[in-house]
Amino acid sequence: MDILLTSLQQIMSPVTAAYALAAIGLNLHFGFTGLLNFGHAGFLAIGAYGFAISVAVLDLPVVVALLVAVALAVLFALLIGIPTLRLRADYLAIVTIAASEIIRFTVNSSVLAGLTGGAQGINNNEAMGNSYSQAFKDANPFDAGRVEIGPWVFTATQLWAAILTWVVVAVVAALVWALMRSPWGLVLKGIREDEHALTSLGKNVRLYKTQSLIIGGVIGALAGIMLVLPSTVAPGDFNSRLTFNLFTVLLLGGAATILGPVLGAIVFWVLLQASDGLIQLGERGGWLGGFADASQLRFTLVGIVLVVLIVFRPQGMLGDRKELAFDDK
Amino acid sequence: MTSDPVLVAERVVRGFGGVRAVDVEHLTVERGTITALIGPNGAGKTTLFNVLTGFDRADGGRWSFDGTDVTGLPAHRIARLGMVRTFQLTRVLGRLTVLENMLVGARHQPGETLRRALVPALWKGKRAADVDRARELLDRFALGAKAGDHAASLSGGQRKLLEMARALMNEPTLVMLDEPMAGVNPALARSLLDHITALRDEGRTVLFVEHDLHLVKSVSDRVVVMAQGAVVTEGAPDTVLRDPAVVDAYLGAHHDTDLREIIARETARETAGETAEETG
Repeated sequence: MDILLTSLQQIMSPVTAAYALAAIGLNLHFGFTGLLNFGHAGFLAIGAYGFAISVAVLDLPVVVALLVAVALAVLFALLIGIPTLRLRADYLAIVTIAASEIIRFTVNSSVLAGLTGGAQGINNNEAMGNSYSQAFKDANPFDAGRVEIGPWVFTATQLWAAILTWVVVAVVAALVWALMRSPWGLVLKGIREDEHALTSLGKNVRLYKTQSLIIGGVIGALAGIMLVLPSTVAPGDFNSRLTFNLFTVLLLGGAATILGPVLGAIVFWVLLQASDGLIQLGERGGWLGGFADASQLRFTLVGIVLVVLIVFRPQGMLGDRKELAFDDK
Repeated sequence: MTSDPVLVAERVVRGFGGVRAVDVEHLTVERGTITALIGPNGAGKTTLFNVLTGFDRADGGRWSFDGTDVTGLPAHRIARLGMVRTFQLTRVLGRLTVLENMLVGARHQPGETLRRALVPALWKGKRAADVDRARELLDRFALGAKAGDHAASLSGGQRKLLEMARALMNEPTLVMLDEPMAGVNPALARSLLDHITALRDEGRTVLFVEHDLHLVKSVSDRVVVMAQGAVVTEGAPDTVLRDPAVVDAYLGAHHDTDLREIIARETARETAGETAEETG
């Protein structure tokens, strides 16, 4: 029962919200425009580092730091988009995965340690006075102490983080909904289906793909900020496993739907937490025969769930099965 | 009749490696006519289409559309000027509905720019007008009942119709159809021909690629014959199609030989080949 409760508490977690937001950005690329972005972790890293460095190292105001993070994400999208968006889709996949690894190695290197903290990352320590989330904590409208909601207990900070992040997710999801129902969104979906057809109808396909890459990338950068706000910035968090977890989230919920990424993120984290709980239970009971690294087992369980899902519900939880019936377009 | 060309091309060349796929000295398409582009497989018809519409680059030459030099312009800008093409292998947008396929073909939709997309008031009116026009066209192309279906559920012939209807949503001056009748049953081919005639009658210009000489003869005002990348001859269908050089280029020198003789000869050659392989 405890396992169930702790698992369900993940629904409110800012990390879940960050994954949902990141998956919304990825959905704009992959689900709606058909762009194979395998380097979404790079956009998250740029957002997280751009924001944290601006506040903690350069002492810039939060608003400016946000703008820095967004501007860097736009720049990154242009940098990888301009040379590759005129090529076939698979080249974008290669370039994005390489570019996100370049970002990770760059922030990890000791050369830039003065800014990025190298392999240590960036601390978020109020006592040492270098917290990049101080402004966020100061803005907390809740009184210190614990808040009980049903069977769950939150600290005031947790509650504030949950509300703030989920409001951002809701606003961005609404924005994407508004965009995708517009003629602009219809052109994006058309490009996903056949870009030559859209070119023959007078649409500037490269312009639309660049716009999509930028908007989805900026959403990814905001998700990166959300991801590190309650914790610290560590370069290892932005490896390609993050990208592939986000693809898992997207496929779980249903690509090319508005709420699919949100539902996917919730299910992903609840399942992950539940399997974690079950494995710990197993360890304590000694049923696992003392696996050295039992905590890694949870990703195996997530993998199995994903395989089952792909076999029995390939369109994801919210997708339209009919759309998958025509793969010979 | 005074000449009023909508498309003029001079010395258009496109090579692939050592092969000159297209080497057209001169080509004009008169306004308000149906021009058929015929020629054997590999004559360079589709490559010429691709070059003229900006989908492929040329190695040399100049061409202008409606008085504007469009040499080397990107494909989407050429399309915006009013020169809209279809494809040999149909390109319908499978996971969009038939109606959405049509709507995406409309031009001058202000909501297609990011700035205006978030303000429905700026594009709702145009969208409603487009829906009306789309439904009208779908009815005309016998696709009215399919408006809400995914385009991927259409048959091959219906996809041809949809692609033509979608091109019309774009209100083109010149419609370029790449083998509109390929792989279509005779009844549908007939109705496609009627649609092509109707396009001319409403004042558009049509340039289309076709293989079947009888179909070409019945609708086209002019015929342009290509072989090995070059324009061999052009003129009124009756004159051109009786030209023995055209018949030879197009059908090969043996077009009037009995088919059974050719088959017998081919079979004999194959058997000989197989025997040679076995012994070798």
